[in-house]
Amino acid sequence: MTSGPSESGTLRLALLLALCLAVLALAIALATAIGDYSIGLGTVALAVTNGLGLTSAEISPIEQSVVWNLRLSRALVAALAGAGLSICGAILQALLRNALAEPFVLGVSAGASTGAVSVIVLGVGAGGLSLSLGAFAGAFSAFALVALLSNGATSGPNHTILAGVAASQLFNALTSYIVTTSGDAQQARDVMFWLLGSFGGVRWPDFQLLLVVVVISLAICIFMARALDAFTFGDEDAAALGIPVARIRLIMFAVTAILTATIVSMVGAIGFVGLVVPHAARYVIGPLHLRLIPACAVVGAIFMVCADIVSRVIVAQQTVPIGVVTALVGVPFFAIILYRARPQS
Amino acid sequence: MIVVAENLSWGVRNKTIVSEVSLSVAPGETLGLIGPNGSGKSSLLRLLAGLKRPMSGRVKIQDRDIAEVPRRVLSRQVAFVQQNAATDTNVSVLDVVRLGRTPHRSALSGWSADDQAAVTTALERVDMTDRKAQAWQTLSGGERQRVHIARALAQSPKILFLDEPTNHLDIHHQIEILRLVRDLDLTSVVALHDLNLAAMFCDRIVVLQEGRVSACGSPETVLTEPLLRDVFRVEAGVSASPFHSRPHIHFMAG
Repeated sequence: MTSGPSESGTLRLALLLALCLAVLALAIALATAIGDYSIGLGTVALAVTNGLGLTSAEISPIEQSVVWNLRLSRALVAALAGAGLSICGAILQALLRNALAEPFVLGVSAGASTGAVSVIVLGVGAGGLSLSLGAFAGAFSAFALVALLSNGATSGPNHTILAGVAASQLFNALTSYIVTTSGDAQQARDVMFWLLGSFGGVRWPDFQLLLVVVVISLAICIFMARALDAFTFGDEDAAALGIPVARIRLIMFAVTAILTATIVSMVGAIGFVGLVVPHAARYVIGPLHLRLIPACAVVGAIFMVCADIVSRVIVAQQTVPIGVVTALVGVPFFAIILYRARPQS
Repeated sequence: MIVVAENLSWGVRNKTIVSEVSLSVAPGETLGLIGPNGSGKSSLLRLLAGLKRPMSGRVKIQDRDIAEVPRRVLSRQVAFVQQNAATDTNVSVLDVVRLGRTPHRSALSGWSADDQAAVTTALERVDMTDRKAQAWQTLSGGERQRVHIARALAQSPKILFLDEPTNHLDIHHQIEILRLVRDLDLTSVVALHDLNLAAMFCDRIVVLQEGRVSACGSPETVLTEPLLRDVFRVEAGVSASPFHSRPHIHFMAG
């Protein structure tokens, strides 16, 4: 054999990626068609081309508005959020060398909830925008605390994880304190609902912001993919392979923190996706990050769009929190992978 | 001299681990680093390989101060094999050896003919070519160590540093690894625990005691009864082996 395995696998990988993108497009189309008010796929297509200004087909303004203003932006944000959380999970699992690492392991979701509660309950600022800003600020202060506690994330994986646990506990306690001392039942319910995640309020500006953040993060991660591979046998080994460990670690943690904080501030702390999708993708495509990261992005996007469809149709006239669905749909799927990937003794 | 250390000192908080160490390594030589537990072998090895920064003193590799050489450039000249480096990731033998090409590849470059040649040669050198598709997790301790050495060789280094590469291996595999290291066309510096194996396989031996070099020279000149008593606190008789003529240490049960 003269060519590297990456050569022989390239065609297969490209086919797989094309297939996944086709599935993603189909999922987004379905997410746009399905709902309390069902719209045919043909009408959806026309509404989308209308929205893009490519056609000016005659369809009812209500259908045009539902497809373009509500459902399409929602489906696209779901796809980006799923992609982003999955990428973050893959990176943190590599850097922390821990199979249980996920986007919220560094306290970002706990910080976001404290920020959100400060806005909802304490009334810091006013209006929808400041809820997101509050969540973002909270998420980032949690990350800053973790970075501080772990000397800029250079003290080794376990130290960083423990710092994350400490930050999560602190911010969760702050959230509980604020809710129990000054919140009423309705406010507590709002917070709870927000924490479980919802795509309900998202619109086009959210999509544009998230698109920029996800694309930049994805590019940085792909650029650093080889460096992430070098962490397979730990920090010292990575250093011996010529990787500037401290710098890569800090850059990657910062990227995951910004990406996670942006997603959480828009749609809440949607669990499970960032933990499971990297494992599923790794099982199919192998551990090399140059393939794993794009795979995580598309698989995460498909998973989240499908979960969003389920959350809207599982109970009539009602939307189940997306975090509930990702866990309910994801756990059985994950169980199959765990079973099939169990160590052969 | 391919590696020269000048007055290296390093420590943590108030404790000095490596103190004023100077040594040099000739091209092609296999240098053994021995000393009791806590004598600073591992730390010295990491200082020499540029994985730790000395608090004072400096290391020159091929006449350049390694503090001034970028990490990536240094890792094309110097490879380091840890003791028992492990992973939970499901990687194959080939994946691991290919990691050795990391310092030679840019972020998005393809897999070159040089990369392939280095990996193929490295796998052949440790006799793992037929097992390259095997999962890392299914390898025995000796096989894992051989794969780590193959990965280090794939870096195409001039100098190989090995930190107790024979730890936890049975005697057959200990000898196999050290024979492999001795026969490489490389300069190698090996931290070792087993004094008889050090005597058999090293061209020169450096003895560390409490972070300082207490002896340095050929196995015959270094491994003496008084030194074993002073440094290792054991009573032993040393004689030239009738089989391989290197010094052999007979420990006394007392």
